[in-house]
Amino acid sequence: MTIPSLTVTGIRQGLADREFSAVELAEEALRFAQAENPKTNAYLHFCPERALAAARRVDERLARGENPGPLAGVPVAVKDVILTKGVRTTCGSKLLANYVAPYDATAVIRVEAAGGVILGKTNCDEFAMGSSTENSAFGPVRNPVAPDRVPGGSSGGSSAATAQGTAVVALGSDTGGSIRQPASFCGVVGVTPTYGRVSRYGLTAFASSLDHIGPFARNVHDAALLLQAMAGRDECDATSAFAPVPDYTAELGGQVRGLKIGLPREYFQGLASETGDLILKGVETLKRLGCDVREISLPHTEYAIGCYYIICTAEASANLARYDGVRYTWRSPRSETLGDMYRNTRGEGFGAECKRRIMLGTYVLSAGYYDAYYLKAQKVRALVARDFSRVFQEVDAIVTPVSPFPAFKLGEKLDDPLEMYLSDIYTITGDLAGIPCMSVPCGRTGAGLPVGMQILANHFNEAGMFRLAGAFEAAGGFEA
Amino acid sequence: MKLTEQEVRYVAALANLNLSDEEVAKMCEDLGEVLTHMEKLNELDTADVDPMAQVLYQAGETATLGEDIDRPGIGPEAALSNAPLAGGGFFKVPRVIERA
Repeated sequence: MTIPSLTVTGIRQGLADREFSAVELAEEALRFAQAENPKTNAYLHFCPERALAAARRVDERLARGENPGPLAGVPVAVKDVILTKGVRTTCGSKLLANYVAPYDATAVIRVEAAGGVILGKTNCDEFAMGSSTENSAFGPVRNPVAPDRVPGGSSGGSSAATAQGTAVVALGSDTGGSIRQPASFCGVVGVTPTYGRVSRYGLTAFASSLDHIGPFARNVHDAALLLQAMAGRDECDATSAFAPVPDYTAELGGQVRGLKIGLPREYFQGLASETGDLILKGVETLKRLGCDVREISLPHTEYAIGCYYIICTAEASANLARYDGVRYTWRSPRSETLGDMYRNTRGEGFGAECKRRIMLGTYVLSAGYYDAYYLKAQKVRALVARDFSRVFQEVDAIVTPVSPFPAFKLGEKLDDPLEMYLSDIYTITGDLAGIPCMSVPCGRTGAGLPVGMQILANHFNEAGMFRLAGAFEAAGGFEA
Repeated sequence: MKLTEQEVRYVAALANLNLSDEEVAKMCEDLGEVLTHMEKLNELDTADVDPMAQVLYQAGETATLGEDIDRPGIGPEAALSNAPLAGGGFFKVPRVIERA
């Protein structure tokens, strides 16, 4: 077996043919991942005991002649903001460097029930706040495609592990693009499902009305299978959706002829770049497949950044209030009084970006500013969402770039927070509207850097989104 | 727009966040820049728009109400397992009230 090129289908076949057992695969995958990890710093820590126990359960099911599950034996990486019982879960923060989760996230339980083998936890921006994974307290991640560049963020460890081959699939989280942008930068598939499609139970809260768990994979089929395993109502998350989960892989290979695809004018204005050229070549592929491509307008796009950074920082300031030195492992040793303990623990524990967002969020929620900022943003969010629902009466899917540019150099954008925020422009709108969206590889620049094409679909139409992405992938992306 | 040091220190106090003098100075710039960008939203007339309080709510009003059944929690031992300081089944913190 060649670990870095394994697919879910290949593993299924290998297990069925007795080419390898799940335990043999897990041992080999762990060895490979541990040996390769220093090149990228994608994993923060491994959980070999848990991985081998999961693999043994798969082998036992196979020995009994039972169905071992759709993800049987598949090596999975999990972003370190998602709780794994008995395993450290640091959120990329010094504050939680020694935090051992007391329970499992629902998504983690479901992945293991489907036969998945979790190898370890992946690096990320602290509390998932960032677009480059440079905000991790445990050092940045290098892009496996170009080691002097960032892997994107905040789920940069998960995208890098998937691209590097140290995981076959990975779990990430997305609040403003944290799955799609790193998938785009590393040349893999990344999916942000409909809000509520996957339970957030056990996902460390950043901005609760925007947070999603979603899959990374090296092909559309594997991403669809992983989402399938995680999706569905969970009583532990009141916002998780009741809508039945269709068979996503059944849609793959389906016709896309006649599908109506919208290209939003606002996303392509001023996109005179290699990225823009590659996306337009990708659009040509979609036309050749028989898609009916037309221009559309999402007029509130230019307000999305301001709207997003008000809502996400407001929610973050509330969600991060719990890290005060009482319950979560780290407490400043300089704490004479209770108030000092709160202020010192937070001041010494949080990194610069978390502090910035806590401050912004506290400001926009503070007395006298609530109506001007937070309430206004909630209204503008409704307008952004309305743009999409109007357009989805005319088209089946929307196609855009994921990021205005490919992976940038480590350190290149660290000093300018606003510029970093503005680079999220194409991904935050989908999160604000709560619709499913994904990044699918769309070729490489002259320098060899991957570029991702974003596909957005209407609420709960993941199946249609996968069908289009699968046809695009099968046609060779932009190269067809 | 640039925030004053006084404004930054006031917000930091609300957030229970100790900031160094250098951090305060940088926050004046950084927050000011981002807040200026946020003011762009004022170009939009939203008088007749309802705020989006729910992301998705397509189910009936009572659909997300669970059955009122007793389910075990994670238990005090697990809940306290990550405490920096615990004792007697409680989280321990520095003294709040002085003894008379």
